[in-house]
Amino acid sequence: MNHSISLTVNGARRDFVLDDPRVTLLDLLRERLHLTGTKKGCDRGQCGACTILVDGKRINSCLALAVSHDGADILTIEGVARGDQLHPVQAAFIAHDGFQCGFCTPGQIMSAIGMMQEAQAGNDPERIRECMSGNLCRCGAYAGIVDAVLEAQAGADESNQRRSA
Amino acid sequence: MKQFDYVRPATVAEAVAAAAQPGATYLAAGTNLLDLMKGGVSRPDRLVDVTHLEGLDRIERLADGSLRIGALVSNADLAHDAGFAKSYPAVAEALLSGASAQLRNAATVGGNLLQRTRCAYFYDTASRCNKREAGSGCDARDGENRTHAVLGWSKSCIATNPSDFCVPLVALDAIVEIEGKSGRREITLDELHRLPGNTPERESALEPCDLIVAVRLPPAARGFAAHARYLKVRERTSYAFAIVSAAAALRIENGKIAEARLALGGVAAKPWRARAAEDVLKGVAPTADAFREAAWRALTDAKPSGDNAYKIELARRIVVRALTLAAAGTPARIPALPASPFASTSGAIHA
Amino acid sequence: MPELNLTSAPAHLRHGSSIGQPLTRRDGVLKVKGQATYAADNHPPGMLFAVMAVSSIAHGRVTSLDVAAAKRHPGVIEIMTPDHKPQLAIDPEIKTNPFVFRMEVLQSNEVRYANQPIAVVIAETLEAATEGAALLAPRYEMLPALVGLDAGESFVPPVVGVGNPTENHRGDIEAGLAAADKRIEAVYETPPQYHNAMEPHAIVAHWDGDNLSVDMPTQGLMLSLGRIAELFGIAPDKIHIRSPFLGGGFGSKGLMAGPPVLGLMAAKLVGRPVKLVLRREQMYGPVGHRAPTRQRLRIGADGEGRLTALDHHARTVSSTFDDFYEPAADASHTLYAAPAIRTSHDAVRVNTGTPLFMRAPGEATGSIALESAIDEMAWACGIDPLAFRLKNYAEVEPITGKPFSSKALRACYDQGAARFGWSRRPLQPRQMRDDAGFLVGWGMGTATFPALMFQAEARAAIRRDGTGAMEIGAHDMGQGAWTALAQIAADAVGLDIDRVTFKAGTSDLPDAGIAGGSAHTATAGAAIHSAGAAVIAKLADLATHDERSPLFGAGNAGVIARDGRLIRRDDESRSESYTEILARAGVAEVEARGTGAPNPTAMEEYAMHAHGAVFAEVKVDPELGQVRVTRMVGAFAAGRIVNPHLVKSQLFGGMIWGMSFALHEEAITDRRSGRIMNANLGEYHIPVNADVPPLDVVTVEEHDPHVNALGIKGVGEIGITGSAGAVANAVWHATGVRVRRFPIRIEELLT
Repeated sequence: MNHSISLTVNGARRDFVLDDPRVTLLDLLRERLHLTGTKKGCDRGQCGACTILVDGKRINSCLALAVSHDGADILTIEGVARGDQLHPVQAAFIAHDGFQCGFCTPGQIMSAIGMMQEAQAGNDPERIRECMSGNLCRCGAYAGIVDAVLEAQAGADESNQRRSA
Repeated sequence: MKQFDYVRPATVAEAVAAAAQPGATYLAAGTNLLDLMKGGVSRPDRLVDVTHLEGLDRIERLADGSLRIGALVSNADLAHDAGFAKSYPAVAEALLSGASAQLRNAATVGGNLLQRTRCAYFYDTASRCNKREAGSGCDARDGENRTHAVLGWSKSCIATNPSDFCVPLVALDAIVEIEGKSGRREITLDELHRLPGNTPERESALEPCDLIVAVRLPPAARGFAAHARYLKVRERTSYAFAIVSAAAALRIENGKIAEARLALGGVAAKPWRARAAEDVLKGVAPTADAFREAAWRALTDAKPSGDNAYKIELARRIVVRALTLAAAGTPARIPALPASPFASTSGAIHA
Repeated sequence: MPELNLTSAPAHLRHGSSIGQPLTRRDGVLKVKGQATYAADNHPPGMLFAVMAVSSIAHGRVTSLDVAAAKRHPGVIEIMTPDHKPQLAIDPEIKTNPFVFRMEVLQSNEVRYANQPIAVVIAETLEAATEGAALLAPRYEMLPALVGLDAGESFVPPVVGVGNPTENHRGDIEAGLAAADKRIEAVYETPPQYHNAMEPHAIVAHWDGDNLSVDMPTQGLMLSLGRIAELFGIAPDKIHIRSPFLGGGFGSKGLMAGPPVLGLMAAKLVGRPVKLVLRREQMYGPVGHRAPTRQRLRIGADGEGRLTALDHHARTVSSTFDDFYEPAADASHTLYAAPAIRTSHDAVRVNTGTPLFMRAPGEATGSIALESAIDEMAWACGIDPLAFRLKNYAEVEPITGKPFSSKALRACYDQGAARFGWSRRPLQPRQMRDDAGFLVGWGMGTATFPALMFQAEARAAIRRDGTGAMEIGAHDMGQGAWTALAQIAADAVGLDIDRVTFKAGTSDLPDAGIAGGSAHTATAGAAIHSAGAAVIAKLADLATHDERSPLFGAGNAGVIARDGRLIRRDDESRSESYTEILARAGVAEVEARGTGAPNPTAMEEYAMHAHGAVFAEVKVDPELGQVRVTRMVGAFAAGRIVNPHLVKSQLFGGMIWGMSFALHEEAITDRRSGRIMNANLGEYHIPVNADVPPLDVVTVEEHDPHVNALGIKGVGEIGITGSAGAVANAVWHATGVRVRRFPIRIEELLT
């Protein structure tokens, strides 16, 4: 049975007919929309490499059926930078070497962006570590990841202060 | 994943009707169901998607002082609801100690209540498992079972319930609202999960088509806000299931425990309410001796189901610690490492 | 895939030399934007999806597959089985060279381990292929599975690791033990571990007649190319492999394994491009792992705490059908100056995929046992563990008596201990508590890893526009080859790094050897260095032989290449730009090749190792037994540091692996079925962010004129060694409980 669904992906509305309700958001992005920045590490919600934002919240796209997310607003790693202008989290990941092989990186960055929006961790390194624990990194770039988030958070705090001043 | 028929009902009544077909199952966020389907553990013919149903995503304070949590409220939204965390801090702490931020953003309250066991033999479809396939046998009994049940298990099944959320909920006498073929009914959370006995495949009191629509915390549950903690021992600092956990909630009046609530996680096929331990604590001062006595009572009936005798002693110690932490008072903010023994960065951890 | 265009990072301060600069990763922008293309990101037109069905038994044979049921599933196109598959040119069981391991590519119905591929389903969609594989519902004839370190009769393998002798000895162990004032004997067990790179093994294969295009992560482009060529009976030049990025390798993507070959076969069978990606659970079998070990150490020391004997025996396992033996006991060859040393191995065969190289194979497993035992011996002697190690410091390599090419371990001990504050450590265990009441323990371990060199070739060019090119089929699995090797290349051709086109990661480039053994930067770097020198020499020839050049006649004095100019060595006022030289000579570019290789004379003369000292602090809940590492300091001497930024990351990663070895990771095998019960990332625990404390790495200055032209020793693996033992020793120091079975479990600390 075909299912017509409509998604907003990185700001652009996409309407399509899904011929198979088994397709996850992750496989939809990667294999059908060819947005391969989002990675499949485990396909079981255990590694975080597939993290995307759905309606502003970070989730594991491997455990989300596309058909069930009809109408959702999706942000993937491809939609984060503005052209050549990196998102502050992206730039901070480079500056602090928050990755080695880079495979978990899109998920880490989406998770970090989601986390900053959740506003639970703030600039507390311990809370950041806890709140980023859903993203495994086998290379062990965690120290750089935490430093990158701290820098991005500091930047965000500063611009918020400027705005409210 | 087996091919299935996907339906998205508009109302609860339609959902219940759609679920009547054999092989149908409800789909909420899918964080557990899809995992099971990918592993071939669950092979439904029809998914009834309830995520678009109206009105199930609200947190409501009722006139009698209860709190009603819609089944589709996400674990994260509930835990981060400031009013909720203030009134039911152990529940919020338990939620935040479970899974990962991503999973908590997706996973729903109703789904969490029906989370399936993490028993490796349940997941491994080549193993015999009475829960997965009634009457096939239990390969966990003589298998790798150091994390299995020490309470309420049977020869048929030694699996544990992995939920963190349910542990403080059962301690707080949560009530489950169910919509079924014959309309709405409610049961206590304690009645929802069944012990395995000879029918481990029957995990809950739900009948076919039953849909959990809400969880309610009765008015008395708020009375423990000042002294409530959840504590979880695990093999990673985060993103790991409990080896053993405990929720402890105390109502302390004039230096004495007016009422105690205690439940254990990771020890049985259901969140384990330790009423005998609660009784020991009623009316006594919150002392180390009292907590040790309570811990002893809580595990009186415990016995190892395999290579897991240590869990009994660990559970006793967790009970003592959780009660100690609860007696010390709920922290103003949920700790950076929720429910972790390492949550406290200062102040004595000893009873 | 378009040619990789590396966006250069923002400008950095440089002082004449690229080597030594902490450049950020040159592939960083691609990686943070999700534009770095890993194998599974490719999608050629007409591509189909292949999914493996794997065995659920560990030993026996497949008696039936429900091919019809799978075929009935909409979208399923083909089922590849032992009865229906393209023929290979040679029997995959034949080991054509020492780096060929046996693989399962449907050559029979035999099952030799759980998760062995038994069929491949090819379909229009991933969903169809996945369910098709499930519908095959295999039936088996089951035989008892051999499981564990006592599975059967043990035997002494002919060699361990890659051609290492199974036994080594120097001096008289029994006499040394007999003469000792203090003796310990302890048995340590380490579990099977799986690499679990975040990127599952994947291949996108596309046959075009006899031409084969392959996207596949590999740590060894040329080894893979050669193996594919022989398996399929095609000329190597018909094969093009692209592996610009690996999502981690750790040894599991070094040698050609069965699954990618199945992808190639599937593509051949259907005549269309095919993508085959392993499911996470399928990575626990056909792509290698670290074998379990049981290690017995017997150590003697005299009244002064000087070692009299060190006897290290390791039991390990290999598969029932091939040979790889974790050389765990060899860890005792290099570190401690015992007059009598013996190392030995034996093994049993079990129904497992063949164990293979996993980050620090032998060194990691051996190190945790040796460093624990040394800690036990120090305690038995009543001596501080650092003082004990210094007392037994090896001035020459103990097992061979050779001098070290360089060894700054003493400086590592000093600097690491100072940074950590080791001098405040109480000798007795269970003495320290923090203000929350947690037990606090401090432990240390010595790190060591051999400085290896393989063979590599590179091609360098200098162009008339003043730019350079360096080409080498090198591999970046996260260690930073795109950056570090480009830095070496820039210096090699005397150009700013942004003026050098650096190409790597494809099989049409010169052979860079294998990215393993922590030797890639040294090996590929040496080839680059030599190619650069060769191309500069050609350029210098043009200039010094040309009367019109200010460098005319400088042949004897020599020239140096810097900033795109050749400069007379004895008179820096005389120089000429590359552009001027090439323009006048009327050539578009000069090119040259260079090689990197081990120096047999130096190897004969010297023992070559990197060293380090790791210090760890753990906190342990006194009643609940949960452990948390709260601090780690590692001081490492590894020769020349090409890029401190990347080296720090590599060492951090290694230290985290060490922590994981001590506290977290373990494949749990059902002792009856031989199936791995936690073949996933939920229950096979690798550290999460919250497990990793602030880490501190010190790189100790070390100049080594012998290891290779650039003095590089490599840092990819050394970080695990020492670290695992440091954490384990810290747990003992916190609790007074010596756990000898790893990972350390909560129940063992419930005292």
